[in-house]
Amino acid sequence: MELQDLYRDVILDHNRSPRNFGPLEGSSTDVQGSNPLCGDRLTLHLRLAGDRIEDVRFEGHGCAISTASASLMTEAIKGRTRAEALALFDRMHALLTDDAAVPDEGLGKLAALSGVREFPARVKCASLCWHTLASALQSSAPESVGAVSTE
Amino acid sequence: MSGAARTPVRPAEPAPFDVEAMRREFPVLTRLVHGHPLAYLDNGASSQAPRRVLEAVDDYARSHHANVHRGVHTLSEEATARYEGARDRVARWLNAASRTEIVFTRGTTEAVNLVAQSYARPRLRAGDEVLITHLEHHANIVPWQMVCAQTGAKLVVAPIDARGEVDPDAVEALMGPRTRVFACAHVSNALGTVLPVERLVASARARGIATLVDGAQAVPHCDVDVRALGCDFYALSGHKMYAPTGIGVLYGRESMLEDMPPWQGGGDMILTVSFERTTYNALPYKFEAGTPNIVGAVGLGAAIDFLGSIDRRGAHAHEAALLEHAHAALVRIPGLRLIGTARRKLGLVSFLVDGVHPHDLGTVLDQDGIAIRTGHHCAMPVMDYYGIPATARASFAFYNTFDEIDRLALSVERARRMFGGDVV
Ligand SMILES: Cc1ncc(COP(=O)(O)O)c(C=O)c1O
Repeated sequence: MELQDLYRDVILDHNRSPRNFGPLEGSSTDVQGSNPLCGDRLTLHLRLAGDRIEDVRFEGHGCAISTASASLMTEAIKGRTRAEALALFDRMHALLTDDAAVPDEGLGKLAALSGVREFPARVKCASLCWHTLASALQSSAPESVGAVSTE
Repeated sequence: MSGAARTPVRPAEPAPFDVEAMRREFPVLTRLVHGHPLAYLDNGASSQAPRRVLEAVDDYARSHHANVHRGVHTLSEEATARYEGARDRVARWLNAASRTEIVFTRGTTEAVNLVAQSYARPRLRAGDEVLITHLEHHANIVPWQMVCAQTGAKLVVAPIDARGEVDPDAVEALMGPRTRVFACAHVSNALGTVLPVERLVASARARGIATLVDGAQAVPHCDVDVRALGCDFYALSGHKMYAPTGIGVLYGRESMLEDMPPWQGGGDMILTVSFERTTYNALPYKFEAGTPNIVGAVGLGAAIDFLGSIDRRGAHAHEAALLEHAHAALVRIPGLRLIGTARRKLGLVSFLVDGVHPHDLGTVLDQDGIAIRTGHHCAMPVMDYYGIPATARASFAFYNTFDEIDRLALSVERARRMFGGDVV
């Protein structure tokens, strides 16, 4: 396992210039996620139109892995339905934790995160945004969702 | 005596500290991590054990293990002798007045909890105050918060300044008529600051305030004399001073311990038990309910023997030189900021690098075989004070080398470039 497998160019790029970063006007759901062990904290803003994620942005601070993961996630889920986003969550979960999982075509840039599973201490960094998303979406009343933590 | 022409005898120059010989005492230091020689710079979290400790632990487990204080058989007597022998070593090493003042605990955390629950809880009344400082480890915050919640007492926190120092005047100003306990670190684990504990303890005592010093980060780097310091309680962890995990010490002034009820109930801490009435055992057994960590104590005793056998002055001077070298090497790195610049520091350096999260730094350094700690170091209030979520921390032991610190600096520089120090 090499450092370049973890910090691929896509990840370094999204860390340096995160996409969809900042507050979201008219958001319908705002959920906080934190990883107390390393102090990563992020807030995910979603604007849901019916079943569809019309817009998504995030704020907070974290390491390169958590920042890039959140940035890539916002790109991947914008415009998707709840069910599509949750299916993506499952595939990412497998990619980050299951050694046998192979990144499939449909993951696009998210596949760049497959190196994380070789660094067990960093899996939580990459999954924080996804757990935050899942908790936002799974709740039937998203506005009432509290905070999630990966610890 | 042949009076005439004798060459005047000059005191021999002390031999320079031989770090390579020291390293040979620590088997783990020869291992590779990701193909590089291990540079273990996470001693503040837990230090490595020397051969002498490993052998004592092994010998105990192979040949002498039995329960203590129970059997008349040979092994039980040998185990008891070794366990109690470790207590004697700790007592001498800390210069306690008596071996009965040494209570074995799981570590610093348990020692602080013991004092909070057994000393403070029965004494604190609503409106009383417990005074700590802003740079404490969570182990010296949360037990006090818990006992405050139980009693209605108030937790008062003395400030730190931008350097990470504690101004003794400011602490003394907070020692009021309702202050019952003053607890502070001897050395900060997040910043390396050495606190003016001698003065603070004296001021507290003069006001009738009980004092606890958290010595977890001090004992690996300096000799501690609890009677000279004058504190009522002193807490430490074996695993930060070359002993195994799961063993620590609460030193308590005998008159204080005598007046405290047992903390936990069970075997060993009693003299007689009937369903009507139990009489408690004498000090220190009153505070050691249940079968203790015998092998841990044996390891701690061996660690103290080890420390007694080395050139400690040389070792401490070497550690001070390492710290100075680390400061000098790190501040040369563009965008690097030291967190904690107290005038008196021991054993560690905390820092941040612009554009590189400490967590990423930790991973990059690990790939180069360098072990450091990244995170909040169980001192979240310190992080909040500086408005940062985490730092990277390199912490030293006398087996570290200047070369390891140079490798640290090189690796930090590499990480900086990797994460965008060179704008493309
Ligand atoms: C200053 C300080 N206090 C308390 C502790 C807690 O020690 P332990 O976890 O061994 O109980 C530590 C160790 O991290 C420390 O550095």
